[in-house]
Amino acid sequence: MSNKHVFRVEGLVSGYENKTIIHGIDLEIPENKISVIIGANGCGKSTLLKTMAKLIKPTEGDITLNGKAINKYPSKQLARTVGILPQTPVVPDGITVADLVGRGRFPHQTLFSGWTKKDYEAVEDAMEFMNIIEFANLDIDELSGGQRQRVWIAMALAQQTDILFLDEPTTFLDITYQVEILDLLTNLNQKHGTTIVMVLHDINLSARYADHIFAVKDGKLIAEGKPADVLTSELVKNVFELDSVIIQDPVSATPLVIPKGRYYVND
Amino acid sequence: MRHHTSEVGFIVKGRRQRRRRWLIVTSLLIVLLFILCCAMLLLGNTIYPVEVIIRSLMGEEIAGANFAVNTIRLPRMVTGLFAGFAFGVAGYIFQTMLRNPLANPNILGITSGSSVAAVFCITVLHSSNTVVSIAAIIGGLITVTVMYLLSRSQSFSIGRLIIIGIGMQAMLDAVISYLIIKSSQQDIAGALRWLSGSLNGSKMSDVIPLIIITAILTPIIIAFGKQLSMLELGDQMAMSLGVSIDKTRVILIVSSVFLISIATATTGPIAFVSFLAGPIANRLVAASAQNILPAGLVGANLVLLADLVGQFAFEYRFPVGVITGLLGAPYLIYLLIRMNQKGEL
Repeated sequence: MSNKHVFRVEGLVSGYENKTIIHGIDLEIPENKISVIIGANGCGKSTLLKTMAKLIKPTEGDITLNGKAINKYPSKQLARTVGILPQTPVVPDGITVADLVGRGRFPHQTLFSGWTKKDYEAVEDAMEFMNIIEFANLDIDELSGGQRQRVWIAMALAQQTDILFLDEPTTFLDITYQVEILDLLTNLNQKHGTTIVMVLHDINLSARYADHIFAVKDGKLIAEGKPADVLTSELVKNVFELDSVIIQDPVSATPLVIPKGRYYVND
Repeated sequence: MRHHTSEVGFIVKGRRQRRRRWLIVTSLLIVLLFILCCAMLLLGNTIYPVEVIIRSLMGEEIAGANFAVNTIRLPRMVTGLFAGFAFGVAGYIFQTMLRNPLANPNILGITSGSSVAAVFCITVLHSSNTVVSIAAIIGGLITVTVMYLLSRSQSFSIGRLIIIGIGMQAMLDAVISYLIIKSSQQDIAGALRWLSGSLNGSKMSDVIPLIIITAILTPIIIAFGKQLSMLELGDQMAMSLGVSIDKTRVILIVSSVFLISIATATTGPIAFVSFLAGPIANRLVAASAQNILPAGLVGANLVLLADLVGQFAFEYRFPVGVITGLLGAPYLIYLLIRMNQKGEL
């Protein structure tokens, strides 16, 4: 498969009008792996993700895909390789599930092309993958939060990009759905080799599902690597300003962060 | 090779059904429009036999019928048809792009901006029709630009845009009233249509700029229909899917302002047509479909129907704008109440 891509960020400075949030980040996204960006609220992890996905224009630095700056690619061409699922997409009025998933095919279609067999297959594959075929002709409004999130991810899958960014895909979901979504993404990564980069809030699920972790603090990358190598109580203290004990997750044998608050701490 | 042909069939079927509904609704709107066009030619002080009307339209000399059909009724019908279509398309674009039925050229004051420029040209400068049309377009574009700049502070908010638009509209309407009051006696008749749109006194020569601009811009707007429906997913999602959102917005807004301004320059502001056409088209087809063409057809149907009602349903003849105003005002109030309940205002 030709889904090998080198995605590199160098000297990245980014943010919003008059407010710099990312203060110089260099990184390379591991190919065909699942990477998770962790960090405290407001540390810039979401800004980093959005800048890499070209949703925010960087003030300084280079973001390159296979050696070419991402803003040098025609937007549709880039959208066939890199996709992002933002945190709060807008649901259009009265749209069916299949129709919404189908909009993920936009970068593959031209002005006058109707739907090709490939489009139908991509939409069907994505819906089957996310287990939402049964909802195909329902209105989005009729779905629960967890089902809706699966629809959004299916739409991103229909886009068939080799690199997929997700901004907190599990927020507001019950633990069952969080695990379900992360399992499905792992499945996607293993089956198609899709490179996944996401922002997650739950550090323990991050440790379990990530091949690679980027730890961000105050707009800087302060650590990266395999969860087992990176996640130490020092790092947790540094990133989250929280005392903790790290044990081994009895289920996955990955690091498990046990927070220490002011109460309920046995000596 | 494929294992799930039945499910693919399911998706294909869903799309086909929606496509069929779009085709049926569009065809019915065209048929209805054709009937209304015929009625516009047929009805009047004297009702001529159909074959007389056809012969008159073919250019045969028939005393009486020539004047009534070719000079009065045909231009009135063509003007209503194209103005309604332009209002409908432009209104739909604004409402869809801003994801809010209140956000349309009528309520945002763009129509009023065009009207101020046009009334000024008529009553103060005594300009020719071409100049009036161009002034109306410039007036509309300036209004949009000012509104955009005013609503941009910090972050763009549609709620703020609408409130600013309503304020601008009130202000601009006051300017129109002032210009009309100050104008000389003979200009008043011409200027009055700027308060309430009317098809009275439509001339074939006046409607030609409207026909040309509608014919050029409608295909451009329809070509951007796919991008427009991607914008409904929010800016970030649309960008992520490879839509050039700034280019799409500028092209669609400028085209819509051209349409709305040139239509306003031709008929005056026919109240609420641009406001009603989009929601009606969405209701008839499906809100998520690309309803640019249906919205234009609904607009044309509304104008012709309202004009027929205004001409023949009452003891007095009312201009078309009064009738569409009567239709639109209750819907506006209903929308405001519903949005207030949902906390969207």
